[in-house]
Amino acid sequence: MRFCLYLVLTLSAASLQAQTIKLGELNSYKVFPAFLEPYKKGMELALEEINAKGGAGGHKLELVIRDDGGTPGDAVRVAEELIAREKVDLLMGTFASNVGLAVANLANQRKVVFLASEPLTDKLVWEDGNPYTFRLRPSTYMQVAMLIPEAAKLRKKRWALVYPNYEYGQSAAASFKKLLARAQPDVEFVAEQATPLNKIDAGAVTQALADAKPDAIFSALFAVDLQKFVREGNTRRLFAGRPVFNLLAGEPEYLDPLKDETPEGWWVTGYPWKEIDTPAHRRFRDAYRKRWNDYPRAGSVVGYTAVYSAAGAIAKAGGAGADRLIAALKGLQVDMPFATIAYRALDHQSTMGAYIGRLAKKDGQGTMVDWRYVDGASVQPPDAEVRALRKE
Amino acid sequence: MSASAVLLQFLNGLAGASSLFLLASGLSLIFGVTRVVNFAHGSLYMLGMYLAVFLAPRIGFWPALPVTALALAFVGAAAELVVLRRLRHAPELLQLLATFALVLLARDFALWTWGPEDMLGPRPPGLSGAFEVGNGRFPEYDAFLCLLGPSVFVALTLVLRRTRWGVLVRAATEDREMTGALGVNERWLFTGVFAVGAALAGLGGATAIPREPASLGVDLAAIADAFVVVVVGGLGSIPGAFLAALVVGEVKAFCIALGLERLVLGVEFIVMAIVLVGRPWGLLGRPPARAVPRRMDDAGFALDGRERLLASVAAALLLLAPLVASEYSMVLLTEIAVLALFAASLHLLLGPGGMVSFGHAAYFGIGAYAAGILLLKEGWPAWAALAAAPAASFAAAMIAGALCARLSDVYLAMLTLALAQIAWSIAYQWDSLTGGSNGLIGLWPKGALADVHAYYSAALALAGGAILFIWRAVGSPFGFALRASRDSQARAETVGIDVRATQWIAFSAAGLFAGLAGGLYAFSKGSISPESLDVTRSVDGLVMVLLGGVQSLLGPPVGAALLTWLQDMLAREVPYWRAAIGATVLALVLLLPQGVAGLVGRRPQ
Repeated sequence: MRFCLYLVLTLSAASLQAQTIKLGELNSYKVFPAFLEPYKKGMELALEEINAKGGAGGHKLELVIRDDGGTPGDAVRVAEELIAREKVDLLMGTFASNVGLAVANLANQRKVVFLASEPLTDKLVWEDGNPYTFRLRPSTYMQVAMLIPEAAKLRKKRWALVYPNYEYGQSAAASFKKLLARAQPDVEFVAEQATPLNKIDAGAVTQALADAKPDAIFSALFAVDLQKFVREGNTRRLFAGRPVFNLLAGEPEYLDPLKDETPEGWWVTGYPWKEIDTPAHRRFRDAYRKRWNDYPRAGSVVGYTAVYSAAGAIAKAGGAGADRLIAALKGLQVDMPFATIAYRALDHQSTMGAYIGRLAKKDGQGTMVDWRYVDGASVQPPDAEVRALRKE
Repeated sequence: MSASAVLLQFLNGLAGASSLFLLASGLSLIFGVTRVVNFAHGSLYMLGMYLAVFLAPRIGFWPALPVTALALAFVGAAAELVVLRRLRHAPELLQLLATFALVLLARDFALWTWGPEDMLGPRPPGLSGAFEVGNGRFPEYDAFLCLLGPSVFVALTLVLRRTRWGVLVRAATEDREMTGALGVNERWLFTGVFAVGAALAGLGGATAIPREPASLGVDLAAIADAFVVVVVGGLGSIPGAFLAALVVGEVKAFCIALGLERLVLGVEFIVMAIVLVGRPWGLLGRPPARAVPRRMDDAGFALDGRERLLASVAAALLLLAPLVASEYSMVLLTEIAVLALFAASLHLLLGPGGMVSFGHAAYFGIGAYAAGILLLKEGWPAWAALAAAPAASFAAAMIAGALCARLSDVYLAMLTLALAQIAWSIAYQWDSLTGGSNGLIGLWPKGALADVHAYYSAALALAGGAILFIWRAVGSPFGFALRASRDSQARAETVGIDVRATQWIAFSAAGLFAGLAGGLYAFSKGSISPESLDVTRSVDGLVMVLLGGVQSLLGPPVGAALLTWLQDMLAREVPYWRAAIGATVLALVLLLPQGVAGLVGRRPQ
């Protein structure tokens, strides 16, 4: 009898060992292909590495990848499909904030863990945070906070702001104003341009900013809007003698298309993939180049780290199951190409940081100089503030 | 603002207006002659940008401009020859559907050919610097654009006034039937006009690349701008397009200059709505020559025995589905039921009403937001919030309908589009009420309806009941009055029908049912965001109705089911799923011009 029980236990343990764990990934691959194709490559590289080493805690991992159509409504349907039909053990992905929030909302309702890899909105882990949702990338607030010390050091009095007119841009501008005014009480914000996403009228905006005669400029523009703004600003000499701070502009996805327009001296957050020479990053970069015959972008690092985070949680939990995964993710440490990061138990935000530095031109290409890594843990508001926001 | 700032912003507006004119003049020309609302015009512009960025480093920037325009002329002519010519005798709306399919194909073609990265063009050789103007600087290239727009305008005017081809184009714009009756070969005229229009779009795209990177989202942004300019100016009027481009360009520039830049999101549509309400045929447009009484084949508006049987079997299967279907099938069928109601409500306007709406999603979205806001912020129970959804949309549609019902054809479509875009820009920016661009989350019904099977049954009952009601209405005296108003206003009035009131009631009722669909949608997703009322959803609604068959009652729900299922399946199985949807839609349009429902129903004679 005892032997039988023993046999049953070993067998079930063995079958548990062999069990494949499914990660359900959904993203707007056809709406933001410039960011998400490298992201997908990063994920696949991580998956191959993990499974080659025997999986996560003995479990083989499988990625089920879906296009979420780029709208919250479609994304919710796709997530339902992953949960109900594919029976995935964990949801991950999403890019735009509204999609990320809608999927987080569904994850909470269906009681499935959701690892939001890309969306930046602060609300995802604060005002609208829920027990099932974790986030990898540094949030809008964190990216702004990384630049504040450098901005405050300049003691510039008159600042102008330009940002895309949607949640990311608005909260970036609001955080920037709040944090800079705290660091430098005499600061004045003399102009503010909230421009339609992807449709900036760069000439008129550049002129309107110049008319306000600012001493310095803060921008949260990216992609198409950034390219238009940089070219107009260069032609009209908006940036001459004016320091500019621009979120995200150092990420290869947004920096590379600027080529010889790259505005030198701008302070940015980003990812100087060529220059970072830590052993962890070198290993990642070499593996990525070998696998894809291409250089890594910021998205590659995010995709790669997201899969390693999921694998880490599964290994720590000893399997799937929402409650076990949540317990495992809280405080989970993950070795990623930049540093060792942890998922905060407090608000489920990872401490992944970003590089800040200044833009420069090298051989007609944009690059970052004077850069340094800023740890995500060092740019958080006090815990009490976070708890109040999460209404816990 | 200083005088120099005003001057500079005026010049900025002028440069923007020139680009707009290049884009819009081609669309206006095409519409004027062929009456095709060419959704793919923005895609031609986008292809022009990509092609010019590709050519500029190889053959030089300046030579790339005419080469791109020429290449796009061939693309436009080919699209006309291969696709639109086959649909010449199909209902006009099918041509719209076909151009929509081309949009999807063009976008994935660009992605496949040129990759995902945005590509900024080179600085134009010889014009890379800037002039000193007042206290500021104005790019030399923008000055070139300021001259290019008017030059093209003058050249087009000369061609239209002084050449035989121009005379034919103007004649066809004025009265297409008469021109054909006088022995003019319409076919080659149409192909030629398409080629010229596409060349202008291509030139517009090519000249934009020093100021704006080629990127995949450009197509839809461009088509919206082009519609506004063409409609404000008056369809088919080149001077009108020029004037409208100037107005829109300057209004936008000065919104930004005066710190009202948040208005930019909706200001062009506000301009369009004001113009259409004040001057229903645009600034320089002329009323259509004469309203020919139409004879639509309405046989499909009464279910025959076979259709009745089919509908009953389908209804029975759908009612029994929760007993056997998996959880995900429930989710998918809920969405299909909701969108079937949305399509049926649009069909009431489109089919029996003869009123084309490009902005029907507004009422869907208003219903969804009303339900969401009342549930979340006022703490209403789900059923009460759901009941408020159609009420809110009905109210909004009554206001919009009062403005729209006096317009006809494309002008009506454009005013509905403008009003929907205004509603969208409000939902997008009113953070405290609508949650802004993120929208609202946490809209889950509590209690019995929290289960997906139960919610499906409730949604099916409500949507199904509403669809049956719409079908009954189409066959009622009111439905006949509506159809009479569509076919001939004069004759309908003679027999004592109040045409304006009938159409207004239909518009409001269609809004009401769309609002119910929106409320059901919000609670099935647990969230609501501005995409629920943007133009993409309006277009999806049109595609559903036309795919299913506009001259039939079964068509719209069948089209809704088909499109939703296609999107769900293709997005999962096919990497280039947009193109796959486009190709499927195109094939269906060409093979089944009566819609999918035409397969089972009686074939109209």
